[in-house]
Amino acid sequence: MTGSLTLRAGLLSCILLTAFLVVWHLATRGAGVAVEMDPEYAALMGATATQGVSAMPGPLEVGATLWRHLRDPFYVNGTNDMGVGIQIAYSIARVGIGYLLAVAVAVPVGFLIGMSPLMSRALDPFIQVMKPISPLAWMPLALYTIKDSGLSAIFVIFICSLWPMLVNTAFGVASVRKEWLNVARTLEVGPLRRAFLVILPAAAPTILTGMRISIGIAWLVIVAAEMLVGGTGIGYFVWNEWNNLSITNVITAILVIGVIGMILDQMLARLARLVTFPE
Amino acid sequence: MTTPRFISMEGIARRYPAPGGGRTTIFEDLWLPVQRGEFVCVIGHSGCGKTTVLNILAGLDSPSEGTVIVDGQAISGPSLDRAVIFQGHALLPWRSVLGNVTFAVRSRWPDKPREWVEAQARRFIALVGLAGAERKRPAELSGGMKQRVGIARALSIEPKILLMDEPFSALDALTRGTLQDEVRRICLDTGQTTFMITHDVDEAMYLADRIVLMTNGPGACIAEIVENPLPRERDRTDLHRHPHYYTLRNHLLDFLVTRSRTFRDSPPPGYDRRHPPVVRPGAAPQPVPVPETGDTLPLAQFANRRHP
Repeated sequence: MTGSLTLRAGLLSCILLTAFLVVWHLATRGAGVAVEMDPEYAALMGATATQGVSAMPGPLEVGATLWRHLRDPFYVNGTNDMGVGIQIAYSIARVGIGYLLAVAVAVPVGFLIGMSPLMSRALDPFIQVMKPISPLAWMPLALYTIKDSGLSAIFVIFICSLWPMLVNTAFGVASVRKEWLNVARTLEVGPLRRAFLVILPAAAPTILTGMRISIGIAWLVIVAAEMLVGGTGIGYFVWNEWNNLSITNVITAILVIGVIGMILDQMLARLARLVTFPE
Repeated sequence: MTTPRFISMEGIARRYPAPGGGRTTIFEDLWLPVQRGEFVCVIGHSGCGKTTVLNILAGLDSPSEGTVIVDGQAISGPSLDRAVIFQGHALLPWRSVLGNVTFAVRSRWPDKPREWVEAQARRFIALVGLAGAERKRPAELSGGMKQRVGIARALSIEPKILLMDEPFSALDALTRGTLQDEVRRICLDTGQTTFMITHDVDEAMYLADRIVLMTNGPGACIAEIVENPLPRERDRTDLHRHPHYYTLRNHLLDFLVTRSRTFRDSPPPGYDRRHPPVVRPGAAPQPVPVPETGDTLPLAQFANRRHP
């Protein structure tokens, strides 16, 4: 075999996917007529009882549903029947706002902590206690104080994105190479120029790593948060379809969540590559 | 004054808290005058505090005792008048060659127009032979080229004093030789006052006007100041044919091998830390008499009086 590694890996991926789809299809396929019964009664009972078809949808059904959703993602037929595109847009908007607020707080505060050993020591116990709290544990408190479920979801995203960025920014700023700071000192570089032209570029790769971790966590949390607050969003969509017992829609939504999460992660990875410098 | 002191180290010491309480003295009571336009090399073993001396001179570290006076003013911190060439080149890896040099030029002249800053940077990049590599990142350069950028960055701010901390120690012999040639040429052409740390005897002999010998630490001191008897116009290729070449080399090696260890405990009679003996190998080694005038006063007392 002389094909490149990428090509061979791609081929293997396709084979694995096909195998999975075939197994899935075979496992959910009907076993033929199971019991002879009156056709009208059979219609009433549904295919599961009469032909041994699994309640779990097969890949063809999911594919068809996915196609239907993708063909018309933005329809609105009422509060409980909106296109998956609209639901995703709600989720992305919430994640975006909460995440950007977290960036706006975490990067400057992280800078402060990284530059000042005093602040670092003083704030460390708070960060250590707040960091391991599940973001959803904040939800009741947020609902009680903010009194708005949409804002509460944004707050939960904010609080869960904050810590990885804060910790990474502080670490990146604190571990800027001494010799670069010495260069700035011997050149009598002022504090602002030093912060923006030496420390920020030096710490940027570490900061971006924190931002990438945060966006991943935010996307994990938004689904759970929207299941709780309800109304709109992809998390609510999943929960609503579960209540409708539409496993096909649930699987479709799971796929979409995965793809969007991957896109968000790749965007941050692309950004990280821009600020990374070879040593 | 017969020899105006451009740099004057006056009784500087550096002590660190020792692990078991008490304090470790790296070096103490160091006195050293440097004249304008002079190339001074400090030689000593690791741990004698050479780098600390240079950092104090750069303003990056401060002495536990004593002061350093440069051009009539006590050092209080880093200054654009004193440029440092770092051992590990210390280039900013996210900036191009040009970006690294303009960063320094811009720091020195914040109000000059962009074109001027860039022209100044390009001039010094060309001076170290890197014209054409302006857009390259440090990671794309060899070790020698990186150090050239470091030299261009230091020279581009036109400092009064150039400080070098073993700038060529990480380079291969061939590159080291070429860079030594260029540094020597530039320093001679511009009359640059230069203070360099090294542990390479040949490097010191080739570059320096005077070589300062430091004893081993802790508690290091300046054993003597060796005047380089080799002619100011030196050529690397026939340096070793000079009648004083081996006298000087043996003198330096003798010091590094044995005297650096024994000097502190058994200094020669009449040794005065304030006036370390100045010797000139080749001539009969004898302390150069110190004039009994105001020159013996530390410059610190001098600085306030305009007309001594």
